[in-house]
Amino acid sequence: MTDNRKRNGVTAFLETFGTRVFRMVEDLGNLFVFLLQCLTWMFRPPSEIRNIVKQMEEVGVNSLPVVLVTATFTGMVLALQSWSGFQRFQATSFVGTVVALSITRELGPVFAGLMVSGRVGASMAAELGTMKVTEQIDALVTLATNPVKYLVVPRVVASTLVLPVLVVFADLVGVLGGYFVSVYLLGANPYVYADKTYQYLEFRDIYTGLVKAAVFGFLIALISCYNGFIAQGGAEGVGRATTKAVVASSMTVLVSDYFMTSYMF
Amino acid sequence: MIEIRGLHKRFGKNIVLDGIELVVPRGKNTVVIGGSGTGKSVLIKCVVGLLRADEGEILIDGEDATKMDERELVRIRRKFGMLFQGSALFDSMNVGENVAFSLRRLHLYPERQIRDVVEEKLAMVGLRDIQHLMPAELSGGMKKRVGLARAIAAEPEILLYDEPTTGLDPIMADVINDLIISLRELLGVTSISITHDMASAYKIADQIAMLYKGKIVEVGTPEEIRNTRNPVVSQFVEGRAEGPITAEHEEFVRFVRRSGETGTQGGR
Repeated sequence: MTDNRKRNGVTAFLETFGTRVFRMVEDLGNLFVFLLQCLTWMFRPPSEIRNIVKQMEEVGVNSLPVVLVTATFTGMVLALQSWSGFQRFQATSFVGTVVALSITRELGPVFAGLMVSGRVGASMAAELGTMKVTEQIDALVTLATNPVKYLVVPRVVASTLVLPVLVVFADLVGVLGGYFVSVYLLGANPYVYADKTYQYLEFRDIYTGLVKAAVFGFLIALISCYNGFIAQGGAEGVGRATTKAVVASSMTVLVSDYFMTSYMF
Repeated sequence: MIEIRGLHKRFGKNIVLDGIELVVPRGKNTVVIGGSGTGKSVLIKCVVGLLRADEGEILIDGEDATKMDERELVRIRRKFGMLFQGSALFDSMNVGENVAFSLRRLHLYPERQIRDVVEEKLAMVGLRDIQHLMPAELSGGMKKRVGLARAIAAEPEILLYDEPTTGLDPIMADVINDLIISLRELLGVTSISITHDMASAYKIADQIAMLYKGKIVEVGTPEEIRNTRNPVVSQFVEGRAEGPITAEHEEFVRFVRRSGETGTQGGR
C-alpha cells in the first residue's frame, strides 16, 4: 500500500519503459534461437525441395506484378525529379546515369523488399499464426514432422533465392521506365541517354543490389515466420502477429540496408 | 505402459502441474477428468513432448522422455498418435492428404498404395469416399473422425485424445466414444483421454483419474469413481454447483475482488 502511494510518475514511466526494453531483448533472443533452429534444420536431410518450389512460386511469381509496377514508377519519377534538378546546371545528360545507379544500387532492392514485406510477410505470418492457434503446428510434431523444417526452412530458402530474381526484373523495368520518361516526355536524346546509362554502370552496382535483395528475402521470411510461430490467442493474436511481422520486416529492410550499404560501398 | 512420476510444469508464476503421479496401463483407456483450465491439456502435451516438463519423469515403455534430446523425441513420438480438440486438420490439404501425411513423411508405403491405405484408415472411423474434400467442407464430427484417421494412420501404440467429444452433439459424441472403444479392441492401443464429459468418461474408461489443483487426487475404475467418498471428486462427477471446488473458487473470486479494491485505492 505505502509502496503504491510512493510510486510517482517517473518511476511508473521507468517501469513501463524497462518492461518494454526487457520484452524487446527477450524477443530478440528468441528470434536468435529461432534463427539457429532454422539454420540447423536447413542442412539436415531430407531436403524439402517440393515445398521450396511451391514457396518460390508463392513468393516470386505472385509478387512479380506488384514489384514490376512499383519499380517502373520509381524509375519514372526518378527521371522526372533528377531532370528538374540537373536542368539547373545543364547536366541533363546525366539523368540516365543517376537513374541506373539509384535503381540498381538502392531503390530496386529496397522497394522490392518493402513490397515483399507487405505481401509475403503478412501472408506467412497469418498462415503460420493460424496454424499455431488451431494446433496444426502441434499436429505436425505428432506426425513425425519438425515444423521448423517443414514450414520455416522452405519459406526462408525460397524467399532468399527469389528476391534477387525479382530485383533483376525490378532493375530492368526501373531503368526502362526512366528511359521512356526521359526520351518521350522530356525529349532527351535516346542514344546519349542509353550511352550514359550504360557507361558508368559497373557490374558491382548490380551485384551488391542483388546481395542486398537476398539478405532482405532471408530476413523478411525469418521474421514473418517467427511472428507467426509465437502467435497466441485466437484470431486477434493472428492479427497482431501479422501486423508485427509487416512492421518489423519493413523496418529491418531499411535498417539492414543502411548497414549493408555502409559496408559494401 | 506410461508411468508419470512427480511431474511439475509451471508457466511464469502459475503452477499448472504440481507433482503428477499416474500409471497408464498398456492396452487400456485411461481417462483424466478435471475442470476447464486445470491443466489436462498441459499434461498430455508433456507426455507427447509438445511441452517440456520442469521436473519429474515420464517413462514410456521404461524410457524417460523428459531427458531426451530432439532426435530421440522424434523417435519416441512415432509411438504416439494424437487427436486434437479442434481436430487440427491441415486446412491447405484435402482429407486424403491429411490422413496420408505421416505415411508420406515416413515413407511407410509406396505412393501408388497410399490411396488405398488411406481409404482403409478412413473406413476404420466409418467414413468413405471423402478423400477429395477439404477440411472446411466437413462437419465437426467428420473433422474429428478424419483427425482420428490421421492419428492412427502410422499405427501408433499410444493414442492421446484431447477432449474428443467436446463441441459435438450427443449422438456424434457417442459415435466417437464407440470409435475410441473399438480402436482399443481392434488395435490394442494404450490411450489417454482428457475430458470433462462424464458420460463419455464412464463409457470409454478402464481407469479414471481426477486432476485437481495440479495433482491427481483419485484414480479408480469408473465404478469406484462413481461411488467415491472424496468430496472434490464426487462434486465433479455429479456435476453439483455446490461443493468444495466451487467454495474454493468463490473464495478465490472474493479474494481477487478484495485485492482489486485495495489495488485501486493504492493507485489514487
